Amino acid sequence: MENNIVLEARSICKSFHDPVKIDVLKDISFTLSRGEYASIIGRSGSGKSTLLYILSTMDTDYTGELLIDNVSIRDKSEKELAAIRNEKIGFVFQFHYLLNEFTALKNVMLPGFKLNKLSEAELEHNAYEFLKDLGIEKLAKKMAYQLSGGEKQRVAIARAMINDPLIIMCDEPTGNLDSKNADIVFNIFKELTETFNKTLLVVTHDLDFANKTERIIELDDGRIVFG
Amino acid sequence: MKVKHITEIAIALMLARWKQTLVAAIGVTFSIAFFISLLGFMEGLNELLDGMVLNRTPHVRLYNDILPSKLQPIDLSKEYKDHHNFISSVKPINTRKEIYNAQQIINQLKKDKRVFGVAPKITAQVFYNLGNIDLNGIINGVDTEQEEKLFSFSDYIIDGNYKELKIIPNSIILGKGAADIMMAKIGDIITVTSTEGEQFSLKVIGFFQSGIAEIDKVQSYASLSTTQKILGENSNYISDIQIKLKDIVQAPALAIEYGNFFKIDAEDIQTANAQFETGSSVRSIISYAVGITLLIVSGFGIYNILNMLIYEKMDTIAILKATGFAGADVKKIFITISMSIGIAGALAGLLFGFLLSLVIDAIPFHTTSLPTVTTYPINYGMQYYSIAAIFALATTYLAGWLPARKASKVDPVIIIRGK
Repeated sequence: MENNIVLEARSICKSFHDPVKIDVLKDISFTLSRGEYASIIGRSGSGKSTLLYILSTMDTDYTGELLIDNVSIRDKSEKELAAIRNEKIGFVFQFHYLLNEFTALKNVMLPGFKLNKLSEAELEHNAYEFLKDLGIEKLAKKMAYQLSGGEKQRVAIARAMINDPLIIMCDEPTGNLDSKNADIVFNIFKELTETFNKTLLVVTHDLDFANKTERIIELDDGRIVFG
Repeated sequence: MKVKHITEIAIALMLARWKQTLVAAIGVTFSIAFFISLLGFMEGLNELLDGMVLNRTPHVRLYNDILPSKLQPIDLSKEYKDHHNFISSVKPINTRKEIYNAQQIINQLKKDKRVFGVAPKITAQVFYNLGNIDLNGIINGVDTEQEEKLFSFSDYIIDGNYKELKIIPNSIILGKGAADIMMAKIGDIITVTSTEGEQFSLKVIGFFQSGIAEIDKVQSYASLSTTQKILGENSNYISDIQIKLKDIVQAPALAIEYGNFFKIDAEDIQTANAQFETGSSVRSIISYAVGITLLIVSGFGIYNILNMLIYEKMDTIAILKATGFAGADVKKIFITISMSIGIAGALAGLLFGFLLSLVIDAIPFHTTSLPTVTTYPINYGMQYYSIAAIFALATTYLAGWLPARKASKVDPVIIIRGK
């Protein structure tokens, strides 16, 4: 049987020590399979963002084990983690976070430059195709700061896609968007899982959004209470 | 990660803050331009001042010194061989000032590969006759061609052609001071009396100015044969042999070697003019210190501006890291920014330094001591340009390295969470 697990968390714990010891995450274990569309919900302070940063390999200060694509990321160097993020994980943040110094198209291409597998021309073609899929190909040559919030978010999604990652992680992707744009984003994500067989992990406090996803993981006070 | 893309990101970041970037680059340009022109000017001045004396001084001078005999009669006595002796009021022996076999010595020296050139010289004590008044004077008998080759003789001839000294018999180039007192013009005939009491008529063909008034009042130049005639000596008479070496540093060693080899007194330039080198090196050290301070200050400018840029671009750094750029990549980006500022600033600085040198070189500067100098002296030595360039690149690299390291350590989680 083919192993379809792309992400596995094994009893992940994290505490903040400043000023007093607070356990933010307690014994978090779950798996995500290829093509899954999952959301993490929970109240403010339930540790959902913290979990996402750990799963994204950016935060390495925790106990327990994390496997991405069946490889443990314990003991990986900062450089190797960066390479994993670059190749296997796509990111979409709440605050769009495009680089204002570049055009939308260049923003999409940047992670591709780092991966350095395709030529610049191929990358540009791919990036343009993604923008087209998202219906914003007309904005390709615009500078990032000239775009509206919804447009920025779509550019960010295209950027998350450029290196053909296994999993796309989103932190409150609709937090700053109106319901119309939120719907657009939801549908894009749905399409990504269905057509491109991507795994999606969305942190959100938007219950409507979460209810539409295939799987809901609910966190409360650092523990998984559902999912 | 291709260099091209690192550069692309670096350029985009610089353009986003192009005014500060420009200010930093101008800082480098400014410091390099001043470093080059300051050191070039200082070295030009050093060369000028040293040249006033050193260029006119032979590196090694061979002559017969007036000294008491080293071997006194008592030293020959067997009886007092093991004793010490003290002799008061020892008088010099009556040595001739003539150098024996001068021509052979000159020929021998010319074959020596370490020697740049050899010029014979005779000095004759005379009186310039001016009606009733006699003025003290010294006539230097010189070989004009050698004198020109070794000591830039023509630089100090302010009127007339020095080559005529050899062509016109009984001709003289008068010191400017002496000529002014005698009110002599070119073409005039003056009378001199030798120490032996003989009178000679000499034709004035030019004037000489060394810049040192006391010398110009006394000294004059004539050809070797004219001087020999005044002294009443034959044509083999030479009292000084002036040697110019290829490497001035060898002078003390060679002076000892020649002194022993030719059994003659030899004096080197370092002994004769020790103070000049000290002055030059102290001036050089001061100007290097000032120049390097300028470069370091510009390095601090870059450091500040990069630090600011990093604080401003925290989001950008965080997002680059989140999307898979390693700390090393971020570091490369900021080092690239710093080095671009350094290289662009350095290139412009080299150019402006050269232009500034040209400007200083064009400023009129007249001094009686140096008739050939009409503008401020500048040394265009490549070494200042290369030192400035290397030092500028080193400081900008260091100035970029610290902020770049800081940028590479930015934790994306903190930045992204902090929003």
